Amino acid sequence: MSKLSRSEKLAILADAAKYDASCASSGSVKRNSAKSGGIGSTGGMGICHSYAPDGRCISLLKILMTNYCMFNCLYCINRSSSNVQRAAFTVQEIVDLTLDFYKRNYIEGLFLSSGIIRSPDYTMEQLVEVARRLRVVHRFGGYIHLKTIPEADPELLRQAGQCADRLSINIELPDDESIARLAPEKDGKLIRRTMNNLGKKVRDAKAERKTSRKAPLFAPGGHSTQMIIGADASDDAKILTTSNGLYGSYGLKRVYYSAFSPIPDASSNLPLQAPPLLREHRLYQADWLLRFYGFSVSEIMQGGTAGQLDLAIDPKLAWALQNRACFPVNINLADKESLLRIPGLGGKGVGKILQARRFTSLRLADLERICQSVKKILPFITTVDWHPGKQLDSLKLYDRLKPPPEQLSLFGT
Amino acid sequence: MMTAYLQSAYRITLASEVDLEGWRDHARRLLQAGIAPDQVSWTIAGRCEAGELDLSPKAALPEQNSEQIARPVRISKTLLSLINTALLHSNEDRFDLAYRILYRAQSVPGLHLNPADADMLKLNRYAKAVRRDIHKMHAFVRFRKIGESEGREQFVSWFEPDHHITEAVAPFFCKRFTGMDWLIVTPEASIAWDGDKLSVGPGGSKDDVPQDDVVEAEWRTYYANIFNPARVKINAMKSEMPMKYWKNLPESDLIPQLLEQAGTRVGAMVSQAQDDLLVNHQHGVANANIPESLDQLYDMLEQQTDAPMEKFSDRLVRGTGPINADIMLVGEQPGDQEDLQGMPFVGPAGQLLDRALEQVQLDRQALFLTNAVKRFKFTRRGKRRLHETPNVGEINYYRWWVEQEIRLVNPGLVVALGATAARCLTGKAVKISRYRGEILPGKAGQPLLITVHPSYLLRIPDEQGRQVEYAKFVRDLQLAADFSSPG
Repeated sequence: MSKLSRSEKLAILADAAKYDASCASSGSVKRNSAKSGGIGSTGGMGICHSYAPDGRCISLLKILMTNYCMFNCLYCINRSSSNVQRAAFTVQEIVDLTLDFYKRNYIEGLFLSSGIIRSPDYTMEQLVEVARRLRVVHRFGGYIHLKTIPEADPELLRQAGQCADRLSINIELPDDESIARLAPEKDGKLIRRTMNNLGKKVRDAKAERKTSRKAPLFAPGGHSTQMIIGADASDDAKILTTSNGLYGSYGLKRVYYSAFSPIPDASSNLPLQAPPLLREHRLYQADWLLRFYGFSVSEIMQGGTAGQLDLAIDPKLAWALQNRACFPVNINLADKESLLRIPGLGGKGVGKILQARRFTSLRLADLERICQSVKKILPFITTVDWHPGKQLDSLKLYDRLKPPPEQLSLFGT
Repeated sequence: MMTAYLQSAYRITLASEVDLEGWRDHARRLLQAGIAPDQVSWTIAGRCEAGELDLSPKAALPEQNSEQIARPVRISKTLLSLINTALLHSNEDRFDLAYRILYRAQSVPGLHLNPADADMLKLNRYAKAVRRDIHKMHAFVRFRKIGESEGREQFVSWFEPDHHITEAVAPFFCKRFTGMDWLIVTPEASIAWDGDKLSVGPGGSKDDVPQDDVVEAEWRTYYANIFNPARVKINAMKSEMPMKYWKNLPESDLIPQLLEQAGTRVGAMVSQAQDDLLVNHQHGVANANIPESLDQLYDMLEQQTDAPMEKFSDRLVRGTGPINADIMLVGEQPGDQEDLQGMPFVGPAGQLLDRALEQVQLDRQALFLTNAVKRFKFTRRGKRRLHETPNVGEINYYRWWVEQEIRLVNPGLVVALGATAARCLTGKAVKISRYRGEILPGKAGQPLLITVHPSYLLRIPDEQGRQVEYAKFVRDLQLAADFSSPG
C-alpha cells in the first residue's frame, strides 16, 4: 500500500469522526496568548467557525488519530470487522495540522478521539502526547477536547486532564445490556466507574482553585458523554432517565444524543433507516427541560405515550396539554418557576418579563415586544387585557397547536 | 433664556462613523443645556461633501456659563456600555436614538431596565446586531499565509462586516494570534498586528489580499468529510452562516455539490447495507397445523381466504417435481400459459429455461420447479392478459408457503430466478447483478443461488445483448449443476 498524504489521511479520519455529536468549545476557563506570545485563546463562549450542510457547527478540528481499532462495536463504522479504509496520523502530523488550521482561523481547537490500537494504554498515551506537545512545545492556548478511553490507566487520565479543556467518555447506549450486546468489548460498569472518577477529579480541582489560584487545572471545561439513539430498543423514558442519572451522579456538562446514522458497511444487527433526527431533537428539548426548566423525567413523560415522546409537538407543550389545570398563568403575578413552564416561553423571555413587569403591568402589546412569538403562548397566559377563555379546555387545542402538515417535496432528497 | 435655544435646531457633526468620544462630548453638553432630542440632528464629517443636503441651520451650542453650575449628567454603566455597542451599528439614526434615550434616562432613572420600552427595544436590537456581527467576524475571518519574516509567520485576511466593528474586534485577534503577524483588511478600515503593537489604517479592497493558501485545500477536504450526508439541515446552516458571508469563505463553494450528492450517498449506504443482509426477518403466517406433504400444503393454500385476489387468477399453480429433488428452482409467478395449463414454466420463458437446462445437462424432470407467488397476476387488455409484477405485500403473503415447500422438498440448493424470487427467499430487495454467480448461505439453511429470470432474457431487444446475457444465465445454471453433483 502506498503511503497516504496528510490530506488523504485527513479525509479518512475526519470522515470517521463525524459521528461524534459534540463540537462544543465553550465553558472552559478564559485564556489568551497575550502573555505567552503563543497562539490561541478561549473565551467563555465558543465560536463556530463554519457550518456544514447537516446544520452542525464546525468549531473544532474533529478527527480520529487512527481508525484502526481492536474493538468491534456494532454501531461504529470503525469496528474491527468493518472494511472501511484505514489510516493513522502521527502525533506530529496532528499537532501541525491543528496549528495550521488554527492560525488561519478555521477552528477553535482540537477534538481528538481514536480507535484502540495495540492497547488502550498505548492509544491514550498518544492522545495525551498530542495535547502535551500543543500546550508545552507550541504554547497553544486554544481549546482541546480529548476522548478518553475508559480502559486506560488512571494516571494517563490525570495527564490528559492537565492538558485538555474537556474530557469525555462515551456511555454509547442507555443500558448495560445493550452495551454488552452491541459493544462486546466494552463494559458499562467500567465506563461509569471511570466517569465517576473523572467527575470527582474535575470537582476536586475546581474546589482547589477556589482556595488557591495556583492550583492546577483539571479539564476546566468539565466532561461530557454521548449516547446513540435508535441503535437499540430503548425508549425515550429510558434514555432520559439514564441522562438524568448521569447529570446527577457524575456532574456531566452535557449528554449528547446522536441519532444512529446509516453507516457505510453497517452491521446487520442494527436497524436500517434514516436516522431519527426528529426524535433526537425532541430528546435535546427534553434534556433542556431537565436541566434548565425544573422538570422531572416523569413530568416530561406525561406528555408522551408508552415511554416515547410525542414527535409532533415539543415536550413542554405536550406536558402543558396534559396539565391544563396549571394554566392559564398570570404573566404579571406568577413566579419564575410557573413562567418557565409556559410552552413557547424560554429562559430569556421569562427574564425579560420579570424585568419589564417591575415597571408596568404587562399587556399583550408589551409581550409582543419582548417575546419571540406571542401567538404560541396565548392559550396559556393571562395579562391585563387577555384571558384565553374556554380555549384551554378545548379538545381541539392539540390539533391547533401542532405544526401544520408539510407538503412533501417532489424534488426533495 | 432657555426658550430661545429650544426654538432653533442643532446640527452636530461627528468626526467619523466610530467617533464615540465626539458623540459623548456633544451629548453631555447638549444635556447640560437641557436641549430636547427633537432639536438635535447628527451627521458625520464629509457626508455633506458626499452629497447630503444640509437642511438644518447649524446653531452654536450654548457656551458653558462659568457662573452656572453644570447640571450633572447621570448614566448607568450598563446603559453606557449598551450605547457604546449600539453606536457601532450602521443605521444612521443610531446617534439620534442614543441621545433620546440618554435624555429620557435623566428623568426615568431605570429606563434601561425596561425591555418593553420602544426606544430601549430598538437600542437593544442595534446592540444585538453589532454583537452578532462582531461574533461572526471572530468566526469567519479567514487568514491566508503570505510568508515569514524574522521567524514570524505573516497572515492576511479580507472581511466585509455589516457594521462599524473593525476596530472593536482588534483586541480579540491580538490576544488570540499573538504569536504571528497579521493584517485584516475591510472596506472601511484595516487593522494590523506585529507581535508588539496594533495599528489601524484605511480600508482596502479584496484584491489587496492573496487569493489562495496551501492549507485551504486541506480545510476544504476536512469540510467535505466532516459533513454527514445522512442529516441535511440546510436552514440550520443558513441561519448561523448567512449566505452574505459565503463569498469570503473558502469552503462555501463546496456546499451545493455536497447537498447534491447527499441523497445518493445515503441511498447507497442504505442499499448496500440491505444487500449485505441476507439473513433476516420472519414474515410469519400464523398457522398452527404445519402441512406434512406438498399436496396437503397446496390444499391448505387453496382454502386460504385471505390471499390477495384482486387482479389474480383463481387458479393456484402448484410446484412440480420429485419430492426429493436436489435443486429447487423458484420463479416469479405463473404466466398466462402456466395459469391455463396449471404447470410452472411451460410458457415461452419455460422453453428458454429448458434449453439452458439442457445445455448444462440438468434434467428438468429431476428438478423441483415452483414460483414465489403461486397465482397469475395480470391486467386485461382486450382479449390478452398482460403479466403484472407482484408487489411486496403479495410476495410476503406467499413467502411462508415457499418456505414450507423448501422444508418439505429439502433440496441441496435453491435457485432464485429473478428479483421477485430473490426477495421472497431473502426477505430483502436484492440487486441480482451483485449476488449472481456465487452460492450464498440461504436463510432457511439451504444454499442459495440468485440469477435472472429467463423472461428477462426474452425482453432484451438486441440480439447481441441477449446472447451475452443468455451465456451468463447458462453459466449460473452450470454453477448450480456443479454444486449439486460435484465432479
